[in-house]
Amino acid sequence: MSAYKLDYLDQLESEAIHIFREVAGQFERPALLFSGGKDSIVLVHLALKAFRPGKFPFPLVHIDTGHNFQEALDFRDYLAETIGEKLIVRNVEDTIKAKGLTEQKGKLPSRNGLQTYTLLDTIEEFEFDACIGGARRDEEKARAKERIFSVRDEFGSWDPKLQRPELWNIYNGRINKGENVRVFPISNWTELDIWNYIRRENIELPSIYFAHEREVLEFDGRLVATNEFVQLHESDVVTRKTVRYRTVGDMTCTAAVESSASTLDDIINEIIATNTSERGQTRIDDRVSEAAMEDRKKNGYF
Amino acid sequence: MDILRFLTAGSVDDGKSTLIGRLLYDSKSIMVDQLEAIERSTKNKEEGRVDLALLTDGLRAEREQGITIDVAYKYFSTPKRKFIIADTPGHIQYTRNMVTGASNSDLAIILIDARHGVVEQTRRHSIIVSLLNLPHVVVAVNKMDLVHYSQDKYNDIVIDYSQVAASLGLKNVTYIPISALNGDNIVEKSTSMPWYDGGSLLSVLETVEVSEDINLTEGRFPVQYVIRPQTEELPDYRGYAGKIISGIYRKGDKVVVQPSGIESTISAVELGGKEVEEAFAPQSVVLHLADDVDISRGDMIVKQDAPVQVAQEFEVVLCWMSNTPLVPRNRYLLQINSRNVRCVVKELEYKLNVNTLEKELSPVSAGLNDVVKATIKTASPIAFDTYQKLRANGGAILIDETSNVTVGACMITTQASEKPFWPEI
Repeated sequence: MSAYKLDYLDQLESEAIHIFREVAGQFERPALLFSGGKDSIVLVHLALKAFRPGKFPFPLVHIDTGHNFQEALDFRDYLAETIGEKLIVRNVEDTIKAKGLTEQKGKLPSRNGLQTYTLLDTIEEFEFDACIGGARRDEEKARAKERIFSVRDEFGSWDPKLQRPELWNIYNGRINKGENVRVFPISNWTELDIWNYIRRENIELPSIYFAHEREVLEFDGRLVATNEFVQLHESDVVTRKTVRYRTVGDMTCTAAVESSASTLDDIINEIIATNTSERGQTRIDDRVSEAAMEDRKKNGYF
Repeated sequence: MDILRFLTAGSVDDGKSTLIGRLLYDSKSIMVDQLEAIERSTKNKEEGRVDLALLTDGLRAEREQGITIDVAYKYFSTPKRKFIIADTPGHIQYTRNMVTGASNSDLAIILIDARHGVVEQTRRHSIIVSLLNLPHVVVAVNKMDLVHYSQDKYNDIVIDYSQVAASLGLKNVTYIPISALNGDNIVEKSTSMPWYDGGSLLSVLETVEVSEDINLTEGRFPVQYVIRPQTEELPDYRGYAGKIISGIYRKGDKVVVQPSGIESTISAVELGGKEVEEAFAPQSVVLHLADDVDISRGDMIVKQDAPVQVAQEFEVVLCWMSNTPLVPRNRYLLQINSRNVRCVVKELEYKLNVNTLEKELSPVSAGLNDVVKATIKTASPIAFDTYQKLRANGGAILIDETSNVTVGACMITTQASEKPFWPEI
């Protein structure tokens, strides 16, 4: 074996750094959309590798739905401070009030749809021309079709039939006024790649990714953490279980998994052994229809 | 463990989606919930068999029409390799999607229906694979179950295809008889074809050597971004950030900055923020030069021992990707790696109909999915290699400056006036 051979994680890392630097080179006002989840934490780690000892040529931007886990919010603030980069937070709550938007009702009211309003307003407010995000193509079949540089119109809409061809490693980031580009540096990573990379690089994560005890509601075969946003009924079964989160989204649309995995090794073994996909196991919002994600993306979602 | 990126060329009729579904299914990359979703949408359940093809159709229109519109990327791993599949549509109207998928692939699987043998579409797919200069080709003769696993039938197809491969100059062609539907020779070797002495498709994909496809002798480093912290601690730090697309860079190496031609020496190589002795393709690094020279995005730091071509006029094979036709003398923006320059497409030498293989000399225009040979002149010089020699520095895209859309893919064949590489068809 040649000494000049890269391991798959090195290849994925190099590709992602290349994409980050293309954003820096091609756009005037980019932003990194940061959620506090593991994928966006990996993005920050890759950005450090792409730009240090220089500063990031973009701020971290968090669209806070108000339904976030406190652990994720604390970690967000801690990380931004540790690396000394600018963090911009915009709240969905404010958009709801300012625009008189109607919140979803029901047992698990999701702000996923409303989040898009705040995101588009934030893009307009700061005139962001590129938003870097941590979406991966293995997550979902509509995402499997998305480009690494994905052009959106001023309504943030994705038109899957009018995507630009993306050839070699050449990314065309030229846009017309009002348009913006969503950029996905870790498009080609799978869930397992992310975890293996986190382990290799020893990347710090919020505590909710590891096993802990929590009060959960058993709902439609999933475990949903009880909190002020979940409407409990007396017939609901609420128990304390040892769980962890496989993905971190809103408290109302992310389910926990029963697990005693307390280290990265445990988590990786669990993922290798699992027979359920990441979103399938933990995302309540994807099950609404066969094309739930496709529809959300067309409406300006991430 | 490394990565193999491959493309599957064929239509739904050839069993392409079934093949991909089979690879994912048999390598246990399909999860229970995904399988349940397919089972729900499988309309014609026969013998309890789920339609694996449904796994790859991502968009609503695709599921409704049973076709693939766009490139979809699929992922699976075995203990030996991570695989990235570019699943591209096979029909003529989607040639541009196949070109797109092929541009990032190391290997192409060309599917042939054993009942029909080498057909027009097989030739078209093979031409694209040849144009994009893919280093490896696997010809999967599918639906062997429908020809009673006939060795004669298979051998005839191998003989026919060998002629196509030879005429196009395809390299490293491997043939495998399979049945995607039944799983014959996909992951395990089939017991129905004892006469076949090669490996299963997956074992071929796991073992094909791709690291040698990376050129480590000619150093090319397109500068993407200049890192200048200008802080108190680092007032004079000036690092050139980019990805080494070929070759090896070491401290002390003599380099030339193109297209300016200024010479300098590498004073430091940084990888992930740490100084290293050397770095190689395809690593993303930061280079420092010993001299204070003017370098910005779009420049290329080239190793002095391996000169690059620098010119303003060159010939390309071009695949047109826009509904608006290409007319000679049209102006575009050309992007090659990190460099953008204005250009004009001069005369079109000929147009190749990839379906009928007819060549039309001096065409007045080129339309969507047409492949043409053309001469391009740029407003300022670019540093390039021929696509045949160095894929990473011989491919460029054309952008329509009024719509900002990517309208063409160029493979640079020569500096104008030199002999072309493109094989005669």
